[in-house]
Amino acid sequence: MSTTTTTQAAAAQAVAPEAGATPVLELAAVTKTYRVKQGMFSAARPLHALGGVSLRIYRKDVLGLVGESGCGKSTLAKILLGLEAPTSGQVLIDGREVTARERTVLARRIQPIFQDPYSSLNPRKSIEDIIALPLVVHKIGDSASRAKSVARMLDLVGLPQRVLRGYPNQLSGGQRQRVAIARALVMNPEIVICDEPTSALDVSVQSQILNLLGDLREELGLTYLFISHNLAVVEHLATRVAVMYLGKIVEEAPAAELFAGPRHPYTKALLESVLTPDPNLSVPDTHLGATYPNPIDPPSGCHFHPRCASALEICKTTPPPHVRSAQGHVDCHLHAVPAH
Amino acid sequence: MARTIETVAEELRIPSPAAQLRKRVFGHYGLVFGLCALAIVVALAVFAPLLTPHDPYAQDLMGRMKPPFWMAGSDPSHLLGTDYLGRDYLARLLYGARISLAIGLFAALISGLIGTAMGVAAGYFGGRVDLVVTFLINVRLAMPVVLVALAVVAILGGSLQVVVCVLGLLLWDRFAVVMRSSVLQVRDLEYVNAARAIGCSTRRIILREIMPNVVNNLIVVATLEMAHAILLEAALSFLGLGVQPPTPSWGLMISEGKQMMLFEPWLIAIPGVALFVLVLAINLLGDGLRDVTAPENRG
Amino acid sequence: MSEPVLRVENLTIDIPMAQGTLHAVRGIDFELKRGETLCIVGESGSGKSLTSLAIMGLLSKKMRCNAARLDFSGIDLRKQSPRAMRALRGDRMAMIFQEPMTSLNPAYTIGDQLMEALQLHRPVGRAEARARAIELLGKVGITAAESRLSQYPHQLSGGLRQRVMIAMALMCEPELIIADEPTTALDVTIQAQILRLLADLQREMNMAMILVTHDLGVVARIADKVVVMYAGEVVEKGSAREIFETPRHPYTRGLLRCIPVPGKTRPGEHLGSIPGIVPSLIGHMDGCAFRSRCDVAEVACASDVPVRRTGEDHMYRCIHEVQPGAPS
Repeated sequence: MSTTTTTQAAAAQAVAPEAGATPVLELAAVTKTYRVKQGMFSAARPLHALGGVSLRIYRKDVLGLVGESGCGKSTLAKILLGLEAPTSGQVLIDGREVTARERTVLARRIQPIFQDPYSSLNPRKSIEDIIALPLVVHKIGDSASRAKSVARMLDLVGLPQRVLRGYPNQLSGGQRQRVAIARALVMNPEIVICDEPTSALDVSVQSQILNLLGDLREELGLTYLFISHNLAVVEHLATRVAVMYLGKIVEEAPAAELFAGPRHPYTKALLESVLTPDPNLSVPDTHLGATYPNPIDPPSGCHFHPRCASALEICKTTPPPHVRSAQGHVDCHLHAVPAH
Repeated sequence: MARTIETVAEELRIPSPAAQLRKRVFGHYGLVFGLCALAIVVALAVFAPLLTPHDPYAQDLMGRMKPPFWMAGSDPSHLLGTDYLGRDYLARLLYGARISLAIGLFAALISGLIGTAMGVAAGYFGGRVDLVVTFLINVRLAMPVVLVALAVVAILGGSLQVVVCVLGLLLWDRFAVVMRSSVLQVRDLEYVNAARAIGCSTRRIILREIMPNVVNNLIVVATLEMAHAILLEAALSFLGLGVQPPTPSWGLMISEGKQMMLFEPWLIAIPGVALFVLVLAINLLGDGLRDVTAPENRG
Repeated sequence: MSEPVLRVENLTIDIPMAQGTLHAVRGIDFELKRGETLCIVGESGSGKSLTSLAIMGLLSKKMRCNAARLDFSGIDLRKQSPRAMRALRGDRMAMIFQEPMTSLNPAYTIGDQLMEALQLHRPVGRAEARARAIELLGKVGITAAESRLSQYPHQLSGGLRQRVMIAMALMCEPELIIADEPTTALDVTIQAQILRLLADLQREMNMAMILVTHDLGVVARIADKVVVMYAGEVVEKGSAREIFETPRHPYTRGLLRCIPVPGKTRPGEHLGSIPGIVPSLIGHMDGCAFRSRCDVAEVACASDVPVRRTGEDHMYRCIHEVQPGAPS
């Protein structure tokens, strides 16, 4: 495997698996900084939720985004949905920059599925109104054609037509999540941001939703950004995986490659902590001693070094290099090619 | 398609939000009583001309101070007797209900519009808007309502319109406080985010996604403020700074009756009881609505 | 073998509701020895959390709880007064909840709360309690334990708070510890650490542990015994190895097919699923509760379901002796 070491400044350029193809969605060196006040009289301090994230998602890919809570996954999703504007950097769709102001442009092409189906549907609206809302907002079709689209969506997500007049409180968690999927797909978006779409559901319902998401991708040629902390689920669905730690993508690779041979120590620890249902194994020791650092006060050098079992001296002082591989990259001193 | 996985017959077994609400409303006796009492008062006020042949302004100096029907010497054509100018007391009471209801309704409407706009803006936009609104609420809370109302009415002169406007401009604080906190709770729920991601305008998000989920709190505050306004109007009129004679207002009736309180206590008892019943009904209604809508059950 | 610490026989929990009585737990039994870990698995509404609350005597007054036997180291829990139960809880039996933020009091330092947990039950002085608190915080892997004592719950991360909860539960060296979804609110990395810690401490202190969870991965890794609950009933019970390697009940088998397992399920392939939803538990119920969702259900499932046993402790409730299509 050929690896090249580049400087931090060049880290903005992510690696394309297929040269020449335009990614359907691209993030170029996106940063997001919040100002956080910790006390009434203390000055606001910057919190770098995203510290220069570059990502490319190609058509029909499923990019799994994994990381612990507080790593910036949700901020990333919000930026992609146009709910937040990046502090710097660009969001490009088909190679064209889209700003958060063009929310309607974004909305037609990127739609979300949220984690909690109990709070993602307005309790005061009928199922029909919920699914038809995107069409109404974007003034697509008349009421007859909208009704037809909604009916078609219900078929697509496997809900009986009679739920149309129902309200969210009358449906089970799995059924609600199907409604949320129908709402996301009614405008034929290309990209769906799935933010932990199954973690609030029971095991038997989770598998139904995962199957549905897989089928819909095949049928409609959808591209997913699949945010999850459940690595078994990510391995099941994703074609590429990006691992995020403290606002940065520390490793990115095709799913099969990453799960077969994780390179970043953090990725390794994450994979070790997956609990497969095997009664012959005990609970693994992940060696992640210290807790997740405070993002307001990130560690020096490589942000991961206080928890890293194989940290070197250099990790404490110098940010890690951006090491590219044929199919992805890893930001880690351990994989740096020695300078000549 | 093998995708229809949820089996039939089990979904929709839970009643819809509207049906659940209906069930809870009719199971709440306080609410039902308040609603009925209020409906009766409204009906009496609306149909006043049909219920009494008398004009509330027509004086009959020959037939002054006739006692009501349960006392000796009563006149069957004046069920509740006449006042010190010989005006039919029942007619004045019924037409006075119109004044009280109108004042309550319009004062609550004006203050509701002001308070809701401020509260929703503060809750939804946060930041500087919130700071400004919170400051205005604090300023308003620092003003004693009765004294300010008295002063303004004393300067501008008492009339129905002035009283309504003064009360409307003074009673918006509770609307603003309640709306601000309700909107804050709803603002970051995922369905609001979903609506934003769909590309809904801010106007649409506030009106269609947020308002339906906070309007129950609005209604509760509106009823309580209505009762508040009615009582304040009566107080102002009693002090002679509210609605001016000869308009039939309950506060004015009490005020006019107070000189003869010791000899003819019914003169103040009748409008007093009417006032008590109306305010109690509205408060019961508001309390009931709060009980009925508060446990926003999730299926 | 030693006497069981906990013996539950025919435990039922009924909740009176406007529409009728909801039979949330319908006659379950299990027993637990010192040093053993029992996992209760089930989906939402299966009655698994209510069962653990019933053992602790923490059910709300509206619920009616009956049992043929509810013994905790020779004490009949059914006959204990609320006062006696309070003395037991936190001393000889302790509980760890899912959400550590809401189970710690935000107004007191964690030191105060830890020391109170001990001083409530033991006649010890502040200094001794403090020493014990520091010792246990060290045991649950909290560094700089002494300085942590003066911190408030909101100053700690979720993982640390859960460690404090565990330390608090262990202050009096209980014989039985009940953990209700202790890691559900935590990140995967922290989850592994907390579970490992629980398993280690349980072995070291020779406690009996009941772990209530919906996560089969957790169950497989930590359980000695597994109880699978569905609609308020135990549908299958056995050692972890039996449950995961030779599951007998269609529900257990269905659950195991639902989860993607790296290395076993091929990426992208269809996962197994269990159609339908849990039946309403209000009113009387006949036959197998799972039959409306079961793909091997027969007419006979509507009548009484036999309890079958294979081996010493493996039991399941199904009309089929051997599952159609199962490797025997």
